[in-house]
Amino acid sequence: MGKRLRYSLVTFLAVLGPGFITAMVDNDAGGIYTYSQAGARWGYLPLWTLLPITILLIVTQEMCSRMGAVTGKGLSDLIREEFGLRTTFVMMAALILLNLTNIMADFAGIASSLELFGITRYITVPLGGVAVWLLAVRGTYRSVEKIFLLACIVYVAYIISGILVRPNWKQAAIDSVRPVMMLQGEYITMVIGMVGTSIAPWMQFYQQAATVEKGVGPKEVRAARVEVILSCILTSVIAFFIVVACAGAIYNVKPRDIADAADAALGLKPFGQYTYILFAAGLLNASLFAVCILPLSTSYTVCEGLGFESGVNRRFQEAPIFYWLFTLLIVVGAGSVLIPGFPLVKMILLSQVLNGAVLPFVLIFMTLLINKSKLMHEWTNSRFYNIVAWTSVALMIGIVLALVALSVQQMTRGS
Amino acid sequence: MAEDILFFTELLGLKVFDLKGRRIGAVRDAAIVPLIDPVRVDRYLIGGGDAWLTIRYDQVRSLSLDGIWLRDENLTPYHSDEYMLRAVRDLLDQQIIDAQGRKVVRVADITFEIRRENGGELLWVLDIDVGLRSIFRRLAQGWIPPRWVRRLQQPIPPNSIRWEFCNILEPDPLRRLRLNISNRLLEGMHPADLADIAEDLSPEDREAIFENIDSEVAADALTEVDPDIQASIFESLETEKAADIVEEMAPDHAADVLGRLEEETSKDILDEMEHEPKAEVSELLEFEEDTAGGMMNTEYIALPESATVGDAIEALKENEELAETLNTIFLIDAQDGLTATIPVARLCLYASAAPLKDLAAETLIQVPVTERQDRVTELVDKYNLLALPVVDEEGKLTGVITADDIISVLRAK
Repeated sequence: MGKRLRYSLVTFLAVLGPGFITAMVDNDAGGIYTYSQAGARWGYLPLWTLLPITILLIVTQEMCSRMGAVTGKGLSDLIREEFGLRTTFVMMAALILLNLTNIMADFAGIASSLELFGITRYITVPLGGVAVWLLAVRGTYRSVEKIFLLACIVYVAYIISGILVRPNWKQAAIDSVRPVMMLQGEYITMVIGMVGTSIAPWMQFYQQAATVEKGVGPKEVRAARVEVILSCILTSVIAFFIVVACAGAIYNVKPRDIADAADAALGLKPFGQYTYILFAAGLLNASLFAVCILPLSTSYTVCEGLGFESGVNRRFQEAPIFYWLFTLLIVVGAGSVLIPGFPLVKMILLSQVLNGAVLPFVLIFMTLLINKSKLMHEWTNSRFYNIVAWTSVALMIGIVLALVALSVQQMTRGS
Repeated sequence: MAEDILFFTELLGLKVFDLKGRRIGAVRDAAIVPLIDPVRVDRYLIGGGDAWLTIRYDQVRSLSLDGIWLRDENLTPYHSDEYMLRAVRDLLDQQIIDAQGRKVVRVADITFEIRRENGGELLWVLDIDVGLRSIFRRLAQGWIPPRWVRRLQQPIPPNSIRWEFCNILEPDPLRRLRLNISNRLLEGMHPADLADIAEDLSPEDREAIFENIDSEVAADALTEVDPDIQASIFESLETEKAADIVEEMAPDHAADVLGRLEEETSKDILDEMEHEPKAEVSELLEFEEDTAGGMMNTEYIALPESATVGDAIEALKENEELAETLNTIFLIDAQDGLTATIPVARLCLYASAAPLKDLAAETLIQVPVTERQDRVTELVDKYNLLALPVVDEEGKLTGVITADDIISVLRAK
């Protein structure tokens, strides 16, 4: 028994990484902003979305982890092999666009969190960009990754902040299990944003690639599953406390829209100096972590899917497209934050909604792929999985269509 | 010249006309039958109505960007045929190995040459296209007329691999036979390159390669593969094949490999091995991996103290397989105790009757089998050694640690 436990623990530690990192980066600057905004504007009301989001998150991420472990190939490779070049190309183009807005949001997160400490973005953002580029190209990222993982303890900050503001726990508990749907444009946008930021297309690509790179094999599918489930629950717990913190600190005082994640931190200020610093530090770590991972993983995914040479262990001449894409993502992502008057918040909101809109397609591909016994052998989806997967696809499409209908209605009424 | 070229993207969807010039369908796929001819397109698969028809290569009168005209309209219905390598199903968007460029690539398009033969026209596979140009072609096809596509793609540099340097990946052993996939190209590569390629492939594909490739080549390549991947490959191989490969490895590498496997697998492989290498490997397996015993190998030449230069050269000739890497010869006394080390290069400086003792290096450095790894690397560095002899508790020579073992250890850190 003792030996068995130790064995499972060793297997678990061996697969630890892909799911955990994905989950941590999931709560990046864009995520923190969306959760804060939801709490500040709607109070405890949006909490009910977290339960279905967690289930959806577990199902999607576990599917990727399983596909990576069994096939040893990335998601973009599989899409290319099974659905052809055109589909892959469209998918990759959408992914670049999406991830670029995510990168912008994260550079903005670096800027605004450090501005809270009085350092101007004209220093922090260029410095951050150069650092990220060097870390990746010099191949030193691996060693830094451990520091980031350790720094994830900062996320406890959100839990503490959430408790420090003394929210209405009873209300929070009720709203966590009571779904409220309002046919109101802003509300639906918020719901899509919540889903879009929690379950973003980049995560599936990243999770699968990381699982493959980690060398997780079919034998470790179970251990990897446990890792995914725990990581996803952790993500949602953090999201819960961010919503609660902002609901307690901002909504309870006066419901309003917040300008960015740093604004949310400011809103926490009346509840103590530490709450404020903790929130800001969490934002900084999340943004830095995400900015290190997103440009690199985007370039990998795109180049692998389209069949270009990729990887930081290749020289620039060998993998020019990889390096150009990577550099461009950082330059544009960081640069846009420095342009005065750039509609950053709009971009971030747009990216969350776009995430939500592209997600159904990624899910459709994933569910089709994972049910091919040619690829997955005995590890295809169970019926329960398929029901959850297809229901979420239908649900996501429904929500997106509702959003489109609403904006059309608003436009026609406006004219 | 350009007129004789046809890309697969252009072939796809090309209209097919019968003897009277009536359109009977469009090309859906093309197939090579490698057992008959590895470069000629043997069949064109066309879809008109519900079922697909096949056109044999010699039924085509002419073939160009404008369409395919038949000279024999006796077409047979398409049956799934395991001997066919179909372009869309088996090649396009799949990974193959570029044996010349020594990397794994993804097929974006295929370049054919149009050849005239016996009054008909047929297609000959020239290149597998990868890279930007072929991707542009794929994306543009169907939206822009093919002749425009050809003009527009001119500024993009081409990136192609000659068909004869392409190695197709196919995990199913039966289909490998039917498609006549040989390992000739892979066996001709440098083991280190093959190792890099294996690391880039999916587990299924790399297992298929090592299951089929010559055991000696497999042993050399697997020695260079990342330890984790190495272990997963051995776990998946047939025990018999695994044992064959392990036998071909240097005993120290073999012991390293077996030491990393699950106990059961490792035991099964050992049981399957021939007697002699098995004894050596099991002996090495006894040592902890991070000690001198775990690092050493047992392939060395040791001669009695009374031996001459001539004897040493004789011994070298008898152990020809060591000649490439061996750089030190050891002298031992009657109790197998190490008494001197002789740098091989010094053999050239003396007459063949000279006693080897006179050639000995000034200082005799040796370590016990239990010596810690970092102490070993330190010694090798300090005394600039190419080979460090290892002795057991009784002072008997049991193995040697060479510079390449040290480099592997340092790189793994």
